Amino acid sequence: MSTHGGQDAGHATLKGYLTGFGLSVVLTAIPFWIVMTHAIAGPGTTAIVVLLFAAVQIVVHMVYFLHMDAKSQGGWNLLALIFTLVLVVITLSGSLWVMYHLNENMMPVSPQQMRNMP
Amino acid sequence: MSDTAAALPAGAAGTRPFHLPVEHHTENGTLLGFWLYLMSDCLLFACLFACYGVLGRSYAGGPTGAELFDLPVVALNTTLLLLSSITYGFAVLEMQRDRRAATLAWLAITGLLGAGFVGVELTEFAHLVHEGAGPQRSAFLSSFFTLVGTHGLHVSCGLLWLVTLMVQVARHGLGEANRRRLMCLSMFWHFLDVVWIGVFTFVYLMGVLP
Repeated sequence: MSTHGGQDAGHATLKGYLTGFGLSVVLTAIPFWIVMTHAIAGPGTTAIVVLLFAAVQIVVHMVYFLHMDAKSQGGWNLLALIFTLVLVVITLSGSLWVMYHLNENMMPVSPQQMRNMP
Repeated sequence: MSDTAAALPAGAAGTRPFHLPVEHHTENGTLLGFWLYLMSDCLLFACLFACYGVLGRSYAGGPTGAELFDLPVVALNTTLLLLSSITYGFAVLEMQRDRRAATLAWLAITGLLGAGFVGVELTEFAHLVHEGAGPQRSAFLSSFFTLVGTHGLHVSCGLLWLVTLMVQVARHGLGEANRRRLMCLSMFWHFLDVVWIGVFTFVYLMGVLP
């Protein structure tokens, strides 16, 4: 741990920022290209591939732009991040799972019926 | 932590010192506190993402994402925000070299890119509302406007903060307090870019898929 303030910015280097930027550009361009040119036939497969690219890009941003590592702030940053990620995963997967099953168990309504609803 | 263990036996031998010779506060407490704020903000966005995930296909007979979203515009917005991230990085590097004018110049470029992002987004929103696809049209559009609008509001607040800090740096120079503030805004700005990755992937790219 450093002994005086302002050292947290010490991780920042030109090389780090440029590496992060280069990786981000590639990781952004590929999913846009896949979706805009319909490079992958199945929408399900496309969604998974695009989500994977986003996950990798988020890690890239965390490491190169937000300077996350196990040592920053004596490990508390990483601990808070992991705790948040656990909550995020529970919130997202839980909501989607529950609501998906709720929708499955409801009466099917077509868009036509929807328009005629009171 | 190892300092505590070393200090205690020495104190236990004679009178135990009430004040330890070494302070054990975490370094840069402000930055850690700000990180915790960002994590709570992350939870806020997770809830809005979950909301969009549940309602994102409930079109109520109205327009779908595939009909509404203009991917080249989204690509332009993504480029603006990504560029503003790297220019903020350059501002931090100039701050480390103690060059006030260069820091201010990079901050100004970052601000312009951020303002461009907000401008494009507002144009898109105005276009959608004009087409009759406003937030009251369907659950899909309500959750869309809430999620993307909240992100845009964060960027707007970041811009306000950026301008405030530029005035402070111009007046008082790159003192320790201003450096700390610049590092907090740096985290905020890069965090918003991280959220935008989720938005363009989950909302726009997956929204246009059949």
